[in-house]
Amino acid sequence: MSFDKTTIARISRLARIATTEAEQERLAGELGGILAWVEQLDEVDVEGVAPMTSVVEMNLKAREDVVSDGANAEGILKNAPKSAHGFFVVPKVVE
Amino acid sequence: MTPTDLTIAQARDLLAKGEISSMELVEAHIDAMENNRDLNAYITETPEKALAMAQDSDARRAKGEGNGLLEGIPVAIKDLFCTADTLTTAGSHILDGFKPFYESTVTTNMWRQGAVMLGKTNLDEFAMGSSNLTSYHGPAINPWKARGDNRARVPGGSSGGSASAVAGRLALGATGTDTGGSIRQPAAFTGTVGIKPTYGRCSRWGIVAFASSLDQAGPMTRSVRDAAIMLRAMAGHDPKDSTSADIAVPDFEADLDKGVKGMTIGIPKEYRSDGMAPEIEALWQQGIKWLEEQGAKTVEVSLPHTKYALPAYYIVAPAEASSNLSRYDGVKYGLRVEADDLLSMYEKTRAAGFGEEVKRRILIGTYVLSAGYYDAYYLKAQKVRTRIAEDFHHVFGHVDAILTPATPSAAFPSEDPPSDPVSMYLNDIFTVPVNLAGLPGMSVPAGLSGEGLPLGLQVIGKAFDEATVLRVGRAIEQAADFDVRPEGY
Repeated sequence: MSFDKTTIARISRLARIATTEAEQERLAGELGGILAWVEQLDEVDVEGVAPMTSVVEMNLKAREDVVSDGANAEGILKNAPKSAHGFFVVPKVVE
Repeated sequence: MTPTDLTIAQARDLLAKGEISSMELVEAHIDAMENNRDLNAYITETPEKALAMAQDSDARRAKGEGNGLLEGIPVAIKDLFCTADTLTTAGSHILDGFKPFYESTVTTNMWRQGAVMLGKTNLDEFAMGSSNLTSYHGPAINPWKARGDNRARVPGGSSGGSASAVAGRLALGATGTDTGGSIRQPAAFTGTVGIKPTYGRCSRWGIVAFASSLDQAGPMTRSVRDAAIMLRAMAGHDPKDSTSADIAVPDFEADLDKGVKGMTIGIPKEYRSDGMAPEIEALWQQGIKWLEEQGAKTVEVSLPHTKYALPAYYIVAPAEASSNLSRYDGVKYGLRVEADDLLSMYEKTRAAGFGEEVKRRILIGTYVLSAGYYDAYYLKAQKVRTRIAEDFHHVFGHVDAILTPATPSAAFPSEDPPSDPVSMYLNDIFTVPVNLAGLPGMSVPAGLSGEGLPLGLQVIGKAFDEATVLRVGRAIEQAADFDVRPEGY
């Protein structure tokens, strides 16, 4: 697997992480190396094998469909870099 | 005996007899922490909280009420566990100033059992690393040094601060978390005991998530008995974690000394790679001999998919991490880098807040989950994971536990770590398969390397059979009689 800068630019946009061109250059080499190494998985015969969804055999529990937590806007906003009137504040998103 | 030299079991017994108070234990540890800040084991020390908790514990005991499993015992908490009103950083810049208003279930359980918090320990950023070199708060240092070599050594990772605090006598025990070896590798590097229990044994609620299908909390201590005591206090079903197992937590200490006579121990041939260091091979052979001398039968077993564990892990773990870490966006907590529009604010915040290794893993995870690649990478890796779990399942049809080395080498110098990401990942070659299969695994100190650095053996058990793992670990501990300690600590 070889990576180019364009691919790195595309996935860093998807991941919402700004990268400089120099970083993209370096990351292309590093990620290419890691993904070339994981390609040995192609040697494994997984025909008919179910992908793992739970490491320990258990049935997920269902709880009653009732409100069990919440109503703590103050606590939730306490760590916000910016908040006002009980809301998180972000840069303007609607023109 | 100096209070900081006690094991948890010894401290518990002295507290019960009234020969020491929790306050005395805590004061001795606060002094030790102040005098050994060069280890950088703690990101945040909480001496005032510790003194208040110790005072409460002594008051409970005076009224005849203090009967918790960890009553009055000072412990350190890996800074990945959310602790109410106490800074919780996950070793990252992006969580600057974050003080949760809630407490993780594991720490809640421990406080309910009377434990006292000394502070929050250093770790690789978001628990991603095997050296502690990725911590935003600077690396924790191993109290151990090689003979005739004064260079600082890494304590391993990601729970390196916890390992360093326990080995350096700055806590009687500490919590760790283990996604691919993050308890067992640092335990091996520092001559301490660390157990990753079965997936589901400890609640993950309130632990900063890395890879949710692999993460487990566990204790790091100076004896196997202490690990048994502390694990019992940490574990238990929690309705707030849907993957937490609704299974009774046994008294792990009860059968600890029953020995290994009559047990069958598997020795997996695939762990014997051509490149294995002779001293690691020798240690392993020594461990086999110790168990045989105590009446266990050892048999060679095969775990044919072992070599695929690390590559499968480096798809599954980054994929889950990329999803879990999407919550750090400059809106809800921690760091924010202002920008004119929302997208730029996200991108600049995350670029400034995450370190190199974390970015690398988020980007790998984003790539393998992106449109058109999901089947080729993530789905394939989860199928390989099923194969790895099946390997263990077959072997556990006829063995009680498995013995392997814990790490492929002793602690490396902080200034001279493995040079590329893949070489660094190879540190976890013996521990990662255990996480992929969800099984319990423990590292026990078993000897010293040629350079005088500690080495560990790993015991792997059946799901929810930590009791056997601890029993085998105890047998190794007794035979190894590992009583060396880092010079000066």
